[in-house]
Amino acid sequence: MASKILIADNQPNLLMSLEYLMQRQGFDVSLARDGNKAMAMIRQQRPDMIIMEAGMPGQSGFEICQQVRADSALRAIPIVMLSTKARETDIAKGMALGADAYIVKPFSTDDLVNRVRGLLGEGR
Amino acid sequence: MKPFDWRLALAVTIVGLVCLAWLGVAGVLLWAVLDPADWQTVLEALGGKGGLLVLLWAGSLIPTAAALRHLIEHYLRAPAKLAEEARLLLETDVQRLPTPRGSAENRRLAEVIGQLVAQREALKEDMDQRVQAASRQTELEKNRLAALMSELTKSVVVCNLDGRILLYNNRARLQFRRLSRLPTPAGGAELMGLGRSIYTVLDRKLVNHALENVQRRLLRGASAPSAQFVTATPTGKLLRVQMTPVRDVATDDTGARATDTMTGFVLLIENITADMQADAEKDRILTSLTEGSRSALANARAAAEVLELPDIPEGLRERLLGVIREEVQGLSRRIDELQPTSSAALRSRWPLEDMLGEDLVEAGLRRLESELELQVDAEPGDQGVWLKVESFTLLQAVIHLAGRLHDRCRVRSLTLRVGQREGQGVLDLIWMPCDGVGDKAELGWDQEPIQVGSETLSLTVRDVLERHGGECWIEQETEDDRHRCFFRLLLPLAAPQEELPATTFMRHESRPEYYDFDLFRTTARTRSLDDSPLTELAYTVFDTETTGLNPAEGDEIIQIGAVRIVNGKVLAHEFFDQLVDPQRIIPPASIPIHGITPEMVRGQPTIDAVLPTFHGFCQDTVLVAHNAAFDMRCLQLKEKRTGVRFDHPVLDTLLLSALVHENQDSHRLEAIAERFGLTIIGRHTAIGDAMVTAEILVKLIPLLAEKGIHTLEQARQAAQKTYYARVNY
Repeated sequence: MASKILIADNQPNLLMSLEYLMQRQGFDVSLARDGNKAMAMIRQQRPDMIIMEAGMPGQSGFEICQQVRADSALRAIPIVMLSTKARETDIAKGMALGADAYIVKPFSTDDLVNRVRGLLGEGR
Repeated sequence: MKPFDWRLALAVTIVGLVCLAWLGVAGVLLWAVLDPADWQTVLEALGGKGGLLVLLWAGSLIPTAAALRHLIEHYLRAPAKLAEEARLLLETDVQRLPTPRGSAENRRLAEVIGQLVAQREALKEDMDQRVQAASRQTELEKNRLAALMSELTKSVVVCNLDGRILLYNNRARLQFRRLSRLPTPAGGAELMGLGRSIYTVLDRKLVNHALENVQRRLLRGASAPSAQFVTATPTGKLLRVQMTPVRDVATDDTGARATDTMTGFVLLIENITADMQADAEKDRILTSLTEGSRSALANARAAAEVLELPDIPEGLRERLLGVIREEVQGLSRRIDELQPTSSAALRSRWPLEDMLGEDLVEAGLRRLESELELQVDAEPGDQGVWLKVESFTLLQAVIHLAGRLHDRCRVRSLTLRVGQREGQGVLDLIWMPCDGVGDKAELGWDQEPIQVGSETLSLTVRDVLERHGGECWIEQETEDDRHRCFFRLLLPLAAPQEELPATTFMRHESRPEYYDFDLFRTTARTRSLDDSPLTELAYTVFDTETTGLNPAEGDEIIQIGAVRIVNGKVLAHEFFDQLVDPQRIIPPASIPIHGITPEMVRGQPTIDAVLPTFHGFCQDTVLVAHNAAFDMRCLQLKEKRTGVRFDHPVLDTLLLSALVHENQDSHRLEAIAERFGLTIIGRHTAIGDAMVTAEILVKLIPLLAEKGIHTLEQARQAAQKTYYARVNY
């Protein structure tokens, strides 16, 4: 059964590319354009992986990260944080709040796919 | 007539009595040794001649008295006179030598005293000369310090440990003027002044915190402790303040440091508002260029990488290409938007100084004439243009261009002109091209290393201009049917600098008195103002000009002038001089008296704006005015409207003068000034009258002391008893 991936980002142009890319990799993809919708979908769908932008409107990626890690039912979901903030302090914050990977934009899509597969334990 | 000499009378009496006693003893002896018959014979021989004997005895007293008188004069009175003269010499600085008189010994003593006096005078003269030389040196050093302080481009304020200001420089004065509520030249004087508290402009807790840090470091033995803090002013300005201690280091006999105590602190104050705004703008641009671009680049890159995949559906391909197009266009737009601000904000520049355009041209003329054999003149351009330049290197660049014109185009005369075009400063190097002679001027010269005389720099004209954020090109203009060419150098403009306000009424000192180191010794006042000696009080001496003499019937203040006295010195450079819009007609009949016309008060602040600032100026001082009842009435009538209450203690120089010179007919300001030999400059201008009233008060204080009036309370009570205190307004 295909792994369910939630991709949340306020950039529709990126969502379009990532949706196609992940579907092509065989994942079951759902999309969210802001933090509030993303959180609602996480609770509802319980995805196997979350890829989200750190600085979304509504609830930020950091806040969602905290809520997921605080919820025992969601805690195990791996999270990949995408962000335009590249300072070491930003990366440290993302990792400290529970992200499993922090990827600074712009990024290589191959790298993203590899990280996702790695976190899902699928490997290549 | 000589006074009766009781010593001579006593001596003569004693000699007379001794003679009588001797005669008596001689008689008794004769009576004892002679036979009664012989004794009888002696008595018979003397019989009837007793009167003669008494006469002889009395007569012998006259030469005795003369001899005694001579002896007393020589051996008693002469030493006594010498002693008196010596005591006079000892207790005063009279230089008269003692008169030699009396015995030879006494005369020799007088000579020796004379020699000692001469020696003392020589020593005194030597000492005076040394003191004068030392005073001159001290004065020189004080002037150097004052000069140094006034030229510093950073604000410097020195305070004692109570936070009282005892030195500040002109830059500090101008800086704090901007914090004043009164946007006129009078504004700011209520904040910055000798003896004022620094806590009116800086948060006490902040300063104390820095003070504690410095003291802790001092205790730990730090050699140069300092502390720094940033504070925001009520007007939103950001000030960076650096505090360093003023230390009183005492050494012991061996020269080792015995005590190291802090007696005050120096504050270096810098307005960093513009720097912070520039930094914030840099941050904004950098963030926009980095974080803002990352998102767009991520979108475009992801789209591009997906496009590289095989078998992309056609519809998706088109959409992904659209994404790339859209994101790239977005990036282009962002860069276009940032271009105007980023080029100015992100360029690394030399530290540039603010310079008046005329000064730059003047310096350019001197440098060009000394470096090149050229005739150079200045053309009047825009006046009062301030540029931000590194003038030395910029003029090196100008000399390079002028040198090329001289060498290659055979230009023999040049003109410099400074001006302002569309928000930029311009420096034009103008020449008249000679047709057919020499090469044409080339813009490419700005790419060559700058050459000045035999020296070649590693910089080009372009480097210099880029460091200024400037530009350069060649233009032509027509004047009197002749074409002139010029290199136009675009330079950044600076905000016009504030100049010192005109001090036309000021006294003779050329250097403002912005320091009073005696204030180091003052401590927080513990006794009430009433018990304070007049010599120690701070005064605000003020005067008002009004539309008429009936404030209760609607006459209004049109000018307030005030000056402070601190430590017995009139602070002629810390003054308050403000015209006030009375919002009513100024009676034409009053204009010849005060010289203030309706045009002069138009646009000036109203009393509502002026009085709060004037109240600040008067803070912690005794108010003084000549005929203070009138001026105080003018202020008090405005209390309700402005909410500002002048409840300071008040002294009146009119009453004090009446107290000191009770037999004089007039106590008008002119009459008192004349008695004290003071000249009034600007009579019936508020500041002119305030200034002379202040000088009068300084002269009155020692005269009051002679009358036993030493404290404020004594002065107020005594003044109230004078005849003049009965006038009401």
